[in-house]
Amino acid sequence: MSRSLVSITDYSKEEYLEIIEIAKEFELQPVQEILKGKIVATLFFEPSTRTRLSFESAVLRSGGNVIGFSDASTSSSTKGETLNDTIRTVSNYCDMIVMRHPLEGAAKFASEVASVPIINAGDGSNQHPSQTLLDMYSILKTQGTLDNLAIVFVGDMKYGRTVHSLVMAMSHFSPRFFFVSPVELKLPEEYKLYLDNHNIPYIETTDFGMAIREADIVYMTRVQRERFADPIEYEKTKNAYILKYSMLLGTKPTMKIMHPLPRVNEISRCVDKSEKAYYFDQTKNGVFVRQAIISHLLGLK
Amino acid sequence: MNMGFKDEKTLKVSAIKNGTAIDHIPSNCLFKVISLLKLDKVETQITFGTNLDSNKLGSKAIIKISDLFFEDSDINKIALIAPQVKLSIIRDYKVVEKKVVKVPEEVVGLAKCFNPHCISNHESLTTRFQVLTDNGDIELKCKYCEKITDQEHMILL
Repeated sequence: MSRSLVSITDYSKEEYLEIIEIAKEFELQPVQEILKGKIVATLFFEPSTRTRLSFESAVLRSGGNVIGFSDASTSSSTKGETLNDTIRTVSNYCDMIVMRHPLEGAAKFASEVASVPIINAGDGSNQHPSQTLLDMYSILKTQGTLDNLAIVFVGDMKYGRTVHSLVMAMSHFSPRFFFVSPVELKLPEEYKLYLDNHNIPYIETTDFGMAIREADIVYMTRVQRERFADPIEYEKTKNAYILKYSMLLGTKPTMKIMHPLPRVNEISRCVDKSEKAYYFDQTKNGVFVRQAIISHLLGLK
Repeated sequence: MNMGFKDEKTLKVSAIKNGTAIDHIPSNCLFKVISLLKLDKVETQITFGTNLDSNKLGSKAIIKISDLFFEDSDINKIALIAPQVKLSIIRDYKVVEKKVVKVPEEVVGLAKCFNPHCISNHESLTTRFQVLTDNGDIELKCKYCEKITDQEHMILL
């Protein structure tokens, strides 16, 4: 079985750093012909335009070719084909598969039946490891280090998979965490237990204004209306987790604001003009990091 | 010394000459243990009693299976539903060995993931779980979706 990237926990601290080092090389020289003659399949059983374009851009910048589909309705799964059969077939058409699937564990299963490496580009609410690696790359690039940082997560701590994965990955680097969320969307117990067991200090709060002044990184996520059983609760709390320009006053000069995107209204548009706004640069870093992941898994770097 | 107590038990579920006695099964787990060990497919003599008085469990069940001896890997499956079970290996009416069940590190093909969005509930595959223990309770972490199924939601296949 070839090596795949399914879960952020598949990688050790050393491997995170290795990917980041390779991504730095791609940032210095984005156009490299190292995937010449290689085909990468992007199988998006669930649409995600941003992630798919980012991966395809990474492949094309590296000199490779792309095949695939962007929506399950254009694939044979609508005819009732099993994932097993799709993956085993497509394995014969390409050198690597990048896949997004609405079911959790789909990428893990695919990695067991595929004859080529699998990159998980999101399996339901479970994992999206390339997002975590590009978040880490962005943190390192803006802060000059990954160690001893204060990271403030804001929004949906309960269902936000980008939050969960980044918490796990950054735990290797002696961080301090703040989790700012409505009571309904607090971090699940299993992650708190993990932090306790690793002696990592964290604070859970509903007070965004307090936490933001401590931050080296503010990691925003969207609070979705459908997560609330009671719509009145949503209306009462929604404004407490919106980042406004005035809130940047008194924050650290080196602080950066990140967001996995898409943004709806949780970061006010006025914030975009601040040099602390980093979410669009983050998407640029995503291409370098995906170039790094692809070339690393294919043993080319 | 406590011969009287032992005699009373033998009366409730009669003794076997050779085989395995499984004791301290919570009454409500009896049929799960039977299906887990596939006793419905066994052709030798099996006797069982349930809703018997037990100081420890309140109510317990006993199964005695003639001429059958289990592999430890089979026995350890029981740990998922009844970790307090005790086994006696019987030869010529005598207990020659006593065994307790050990919680396995991995559970393969035995349980169902409780997450309806897990690929294992949609694709034909063998389920795999890492076994976690939380204050004595057994929990199963799915190798696919990484979600945790607790004892209350555990469904055996």
